[in-house]
Amino acid sequence: MDKLTKARSELREMDALAAGNSPVHLLYPLSKLAVTVAYIVFVVSYSKYDFSGLMIMVLYPVLMFQASGIPVSLCFYRLRLVLPLVCAVGLVNPILDHTPLIQLGSLVITGGWVSMVTLMMKGTFSLMASFLLIATTPIDSLCAALRKLYAPGILVTLLLLTYRYIGVMLEQVSVMTEAYRLRAPGQKGLHISAWGSFLGQLLLRSMDRAEELYSSMVLRGFRSEFHYAQAPPCRASAVVFAAGCIGLFFLARMVNIPALLGSLIVR
Amino acid sequence: MHMADALLAPAVAATMYAASAVTVGASVKTLKKDETTAKLPTMAVTSALVFAGQMINYTIPGTGSSGHLCGGVMLSALLGPQAGFLSMVVILAIQCLFFADGGLLALGANCWNMAFYGCFVGYYLLWRPIMTSRLFGGLGTKAATRIKIVLSSVLGCVITLQLGAFSVVLETTASGITELPFGAFVGIMQPIHLAIGLVEGLITSAVLVFVYEARPELLRDVNTAGAARYSLKTTLVILAVVVAVVGGGLSLAASGNPDGLEWSMFGNGESGYSENMGLDEEDYGISSGAAELAGSIQEKTAFLPDYAFAGSDSSLGTTVSGLLGSAIVAGAAVLVCMAGGFFRRKKADAKA
Repeated sequence: MDKLTKARSELREMDALAAGNSPVHLLYPLSKLAVTVAYIVFVVSYSKYDFSGLMIMVLYPVLMFQASGIPVSLCFYRLRLVLPLVCAVGLVNPILDHTPLIQLGSLVITGGWVSMVTLMMKGTFSLMASFLLIATTPIDSLCAALRKLYAPGILVTLLLLTYRYIGVMLEQVSVMTEAYRLRAPGQKGLHISAWGSFLGQLLLRSMDRAEELYSSMVLRGFRSEFHYAQAPPCRASAVVFAAGCIGLFFLARMVNIPALLGSLIVR
Repeated sequence: MHMADALLAPAVAATMYAASAVTVGASVKTLKKDETTAKLPTMAVTSALVFAGQMINYTIPGTGSSGHLCGGVMLSALLGPQAGFLSMVVILAIQCLFFADGGLLALGANCWNMAFYGCFVGYYLLWRPIMTSRLFGGLGTKAATRIKIVLSSVLGCVITLQLGAFSVVLETTASGITELPFGAFVGIMQPIHLAIGLVEGLITSAVLVFVYEARPELLRDVNTAGAARYSLKTTLVILAVVVAVVGGGLSLAASGNPDGLEWSMFGNGESGYSENMGLDEEDYGISSGAAELAGSIQEKTAFLPDYAFAGSDSSLGTTVSGLLGSAIVAGAAVLVCMAGGFFRRKKADAKA
């Protein structure tokens, strides 16, 4: 099944991207996490008709993409999963909301259209920010940052282990579905008679494998938690970056900068 | 059912994060007592498996459509509700971070909508009472257990997906994102998720029946008939009451009309209803120094008045200068991209 191969290659892609060494990659993970979360909160907080105020927020992801060298096209390809639901919710707005908002000569744009576009922009910007975070931060640095924020050790260890094993499981399921497909060439997907045994077999084998995994981890000194020995040190530049970015977001949220820029030209 | 960030207001997202965080904390605390370290690899491997299992196409014969597995009920039947919940949280976090399936801000809401209902409601109110009851006792233990597994999986998945879909509607409406009326939104979401829930229930029951046939000791609450703390009937009554209270209560809040107290004070004259006491909303009641002081303190401390940032209804957003400024910013963004591309090419040339 194509989905499985695609998922494996997407994970490998993210791993490869996160292993870069641009200035953004070398930033302290906790400050990147803080800036990303603050950015998303500020973007989402714009009111539904505040199109131009929201526009200035595009500069953060654009600058970060250029500074880190991550291809933007990859990010937009990932949008395919989330945008349909956002569009479905927003598409109703032009139909139901007819408040005239903008008058450009004889053309009147209603609030419904503005709120739809704003909704899609918010969806895109917040997705670009979280994509940037993951594309520039390896998973173990991210887990180290989460531990510094006092996230429960069990949860963080589980995250790391699950991430490690997703690759293995995707491979196994891929092999099994290929074998199934070769034995049932006319069949699209999994027939109902095979639902139970297909996943059930894999489940039983995985539970046994997990027992062996635990024994080998304990033999290598695992007690309850991994020790993230390679977390990059926190430099002053990271604090300055975080404080500066969050301050700028706050300023952009309070003052409609594009409107000010525009009013300099249109008197 | 994965929600994007754009569908939630920050206050709603924060509330759902708080609710999920409390549940995570409670689960971690409960698990710590049972020496989780040994269970961690099992939890991780099972989560990874559910993740991979979500990518499989489960064809429904005769319809040409296919179902898909969510996994909450399955995980809690295998690992228990607390471990199942943590595993689901991890799956949702990985889907959000690495596959952009659901937003970072909406992660708390997604965990609540998909993991909480599946693992806790599905387990405590459906799986355990049904599995430990004496239903279908006349058919013999094995046959009865198989039927009970199917019943609890299907009911569990259907009900938890209905609750999850309803929560999505409530959260989106509370955030004021869409113009779609509450009733219409519910009317779209619930039937679709009923169908999805049925299929997921069938997939889950198929897998769990297989596991029961092969290794019954892996399933929880199997072969422990008679150990139920309360009867199935009580469970269903509790569930019905909770759904009615939560659904009814919160849907009342979603209405735009004034609540009981406001209605009796201010009436609803603009909408054609009676004026009642006819008080002026802006200026009513006794004014006093203390009330004014309290009001001014509240104004200063209300960080998110009306669930939005203060002053967010500025009309500057849609004037001509606003549009012109937006165009300037968009142009600047394009220039930054071009400059970035130019410098990268220069670097590549210099290296070559």
